[in-house]
Amino acid sequence: MLTVREYQTVSSIAGPLMLVEAVDQPKYGYIVDIELPDGSIRHGQILQVEKDKALVQVFEGTSGIDVEKTTVRFLTRPLEFGVSPDILGRVFSGLGIPKDNGPQIIPVKRLDINGKPINPYARDYPNEFIQTGISSIDGLNPLVRGQKLPIFSGSGLPHDQITAQLARQATVLGKGEAFAVVFAAMGITFEAAQFFIDDLHATGAIERAVMFINLANEPAIERIATPRFALTAAEYLAFDLDMHVLVVLNDMTNYCEALREISAARKEVPGRRGYPGYLYTDLATIYERAGRIKGKKGSITMVPVLTMPEDDKTHPVPDLTGYITEGQVILSRSLHRKSIAPPVDVLPSLSRLKDKGIGEGKTREDHAALYNQLYAAYARGKEMQELATIMGEAALSEEDRRYMAFADQFERCYISQGYYENRPVEATLDLGWELLSMFSDAELKRIDVKLIEKYMPRFRNKKA
Amino acid sequence: MTEQRVGRIVKVSGPVVLAEGMTGSRMYDVVRVGSLNLIGEIVELRGDLASIQVYEETTGIGPGEPVLDTGAPLSVELGPGLIESIYDGIQRPLNVLVGIEGAFMSRGSTVPGLNREKKWHFTPTVGNGTQVAPGDIIGQVQETSLMVHKIMVPPGIKGKLIQIDDGDFTVDQPVAKCVGEDGTEYVITMLQRWPVRLARPILGRLTPSRILRTGQRVIDTFFPITKGGTACVPGPFGSGKTVVQHQLAKWVDADVVVYVGCGERGNEMTDVLTEFPELKDPRSGRPLMERSVLIANTSNMPVAAREASVYTGITIAEYFRDMGYVVALMCDSTSRWAEAMREISTRLEEMPAEEGYPAYLAARIASFYERAGLVDCFGKPQRQGAVSIIGAVSPPGGDLSDSVVQATLHVVKVFWSLKGELAYQRHFPAIDWLTSYSFYKQYLRDAFEDKDQGEQMEQLTVEAMALLEQEAQLREIVRLVGAEALSGQDRLALETARSIREDYLHQNAFHPVDTYTSMEKQFEMLKTVMHFHKQALAAIEAGVDPAELFKLPVRERIARAKYIPQDQIDRIRQIRTQIDTEVAALRHAALTR
Repeated sequence: MLTVREYQTVSSIAGPLMLVEAVDQPKYGYIVDIELPDGSIRHGQILQVEKDKALVQVFEGTSGIDVEKTTVRFLTRPLEFGVSPDILGRVFSGLGIPKDNGPQIIPVKRLDINGKPINPYARDYPNEFIQTGISSIDGLNPLVRGQKLPIFSGSGLPHDQITAQLARQATVLGKGEAFAVVFAAMGITFEAAQFFIDDLHATGAIERAVMFINLANEPAIERIATPRFALTAAEYLAFDLDMHVLVVLNDMTNYCEALREISAARKEVPGRRGYPGYLYTDLATIYERAGRIKGKKGSITMVPVLTMPEDDKTHPVPDLTGYITEGQVILSRSLHRKSIAPPVDVLPSLSRLKDKGIGEGKTREDHAALYNQLYAAYARGKEMQELATIMGEAALSEEDRRYMAFADQFERCYISQGYYENRPVEATLDLGWELLSMFSDAELKRIDVKLIEKYMPRFRNKKA
Repeated sequence: MTEQRVGRIVKVSGPVVLAEGMTGSRMYDVVRVGSLNLIGEIVELRGDLASIQVYEETTGIGPGEPVLDTGAPLSVELGPGLIESIYDGIQRPLNVLVGIEGAFMSRGSTVPGLNREKKWHFTPTVGNGTQVAPGDIIGQVQETSLMVHKIMVPPGIKGKLIQIDDGDFTVDQPVAKCVGEDGTEYVITMLQRWPVRLARPILGRLTPSRILRTGQRVIDTFFPITKGGTACVPGPFGSGKTVVQHQLAKWVDADVVVYVGCGERGNEMTDVLTEFPELKDPRSGRPLMERSVLIANTSNMPVAAREASVYTGITIAEYFRDMGYVVALMCDSTSRWAEAMREISTRLEEMPAEEGYPAYLAARIASFYERAGLVDCFGKPQRQGAVSIIGAVSPPGGDLSDSVVQATLHVVKVFWSLKGELAYQRHFPAIDWLTSYSFYKQYLRDAFEDKDQGEQMEQLTVEAMALLEQEAQLREIVRLVGAEALSGQDRLALETARSIREDYLHQNAFHPVDTYTSMEKQFEMLKTVMHFHKQALAAIEAGVDPAELFKLPVRERIARAKYIPQDQIDRIRQIRTQIDTEVAALRHAALTR
């Protein structure tokens, strides 16, 4: 039953917030429609109720709202998204309203955009390897179905190209299953959003995509709802329609700024850098919606993108994100300057779920040992490169210089591949072995001798 | 029986609800909020107004709806059936909830913590006519093959047993009856309740002096924790806090493990849930799940229940301690608990202290860790039990000056400092050997059955740590003037330190053999690394070129010693013989040159 009650009792407006008085039994979290004197409609959500007063956040901003003539309609439901299989291929606004001039969606059902937490007992462990065709991810930080792996980027770095490459290339080996992309744009530029859309058009993937677009010039507060709309759509596709969904959220930093704006308007005690103390919990309610569920075919894999102010990883947004997500892919400005594409900084990047997704029967038995050795060697090589800049290359031992050369080769051949090469995982692994062949077997401490004998090119050639 | 008070909601702000008409309610009483019957707890009283933290999402409730005071504080149910359970922060069994609600959590469900249908075989251990008092053990239940659940007399019951039965009972059926001095008859069931915010009573506390073995080399050798001790693991994200916690939960030599996933990832709990039933306890060969209790309040579950989850965990741990067991409580992560406190505090409009945390943060953390300890248990027969607490801390940006880290360091005795740089080099566990500490080091020697081995080990750890210290200084010199400028002895020190780091401290949690190392194997491994150092040092002094020594084939065997299975420990001793032979050959060659 949908009871609608109208009030013209707005008492104060400040920033994105509006106070409505003498409301009969307002409910926390429910939504309101706001009719402006000029007849236009805006949307809001109740943030706090006290006796007969309701504090409302207005998604589209409060400009033009007055205290006298504005009418507020209190609906008895939280913010919802009407879903149906027809949402595929459609473009919506940040508030879930179609904006591609297509027909209205006739919903099969309406879902609360806040979703409900997945019972940890019902979760299925993510362990299916996703081949992205990008060596620095497949080889070193493998992504698995149901994982949330953010890209920590910075202004001017090519995160748009990487997310587009992921959306284009990601497949699960040996399986042709229903796949969908959900893209939520929060406060990004028209160009960035259009690049992604065009890329999907070019590959035909647009048919299997759902977009929620809130551009930089669109209302900031709307961004608070945008990822939730996207995830509601993703949950419907994954757990009702059995699809494997890749969700790209771009850019979470803008989302957090919108949240900060609301918090400041409510005069809450700020945490670090003015962000609210509940930022962690709030982000968790978004990120934790990724996953797999026992007994359901579909899955939600999430790739949030965030730009780190001044490339600072300890900034609250990347910091709290890193504590919730299962790893991170960090982009490096210095690699980008060296024209290494994609410029993935592999040392601080990490995929926490890799160990369950790789190995025999999934990728190859040598995968784990191989990436450990590649890491160790690259870390040492980078260290030597630093030393060489201080003391000059001459001060290094022959062994140290070899590691230095390895690091250089590794960046050029392994990490760098461009945005349009789709490298199968076997090719990535073989390339790793080839690079390691500049070391003696005894130096490869992290790899079992048996594996060396089986996969090292010099042994394989002998056999052949 | 107190009559139930009904108040009315006046204000809703996120997880905090303000209700009026609550005169007579007590602090920390559990209330049912609104028409959805949400579970909450009173956290502030002012006149007839009560502030309530609600353990469930509050969307859709509003002023005017009723608030019902249950008159009881937040409690947990204790009895057979705890082991192998997985609970949310307020002890609702998640596996049962899946059956009722499906994969997504809904609101207002009430399910008892312990199964009421399942029958357990109760075996009395005392006879009729025994005088009993709270805490006395009157019987036991074989709960799992690893766990004998002792049934204790619940609080408030004292008298002479007039009936006690051997047989199959559910947790709320009477297993015994007793008569008090004043003639009152009491019924004893296997189920008892205990308020979570109150520590269970003990007779007295003892100094924890027995090492809690973990099978993790860097911990056992350099920074050991004791049965009844406290430890904290702070580190930035990606430094492996959770892997350390999981490793301890798997391999620690405790009788019971209580694992609290407090505001962390859902998939991590799934990992524990899928792994523990498959992993075998190294001592008994039984699945580790048969000694574990899990509490999962993931980051997207309601924040107030997260605040309660650590108390639920410690109360269950204390209950098993009272049976005379050694219990290890892992809490991942206490920062999320502190953040939950902060969020509730902000909504109560309390005056904030540092970083918005409430002023009572340090006091709450201290009193939580103080519930650990080695104790003389309450009741007959005389017995000792212990609870060790291992808390992970997730400081923003890995900054150790964070309030939660500092408040924790004031009370814990062991500090395992995880370092991001070590993690980037894939050195795991990324415990920094230079900044970590343990106040329990002096008990290490007693952890060995062989007394002589214990003393040797103590000596070895001192020598190894000295080398690691020396390495840090030498690295500075190398950075300035290059490795060529070092003497042979110093180059050996660097090389041995590297061997300690890579061949000994580095431990692969995902390798079937390397994941757990017995104390005996730790001793043999470290002894071998140090044996090479001593032999090489003597050789260098006798004129052997250090570079020759570093190239000896035996060094690869030292590096791979960690993969030698427990039952072939002799092979590690053989490495030492090989060291002697190879070094002697070099010395001989140097002499004859």
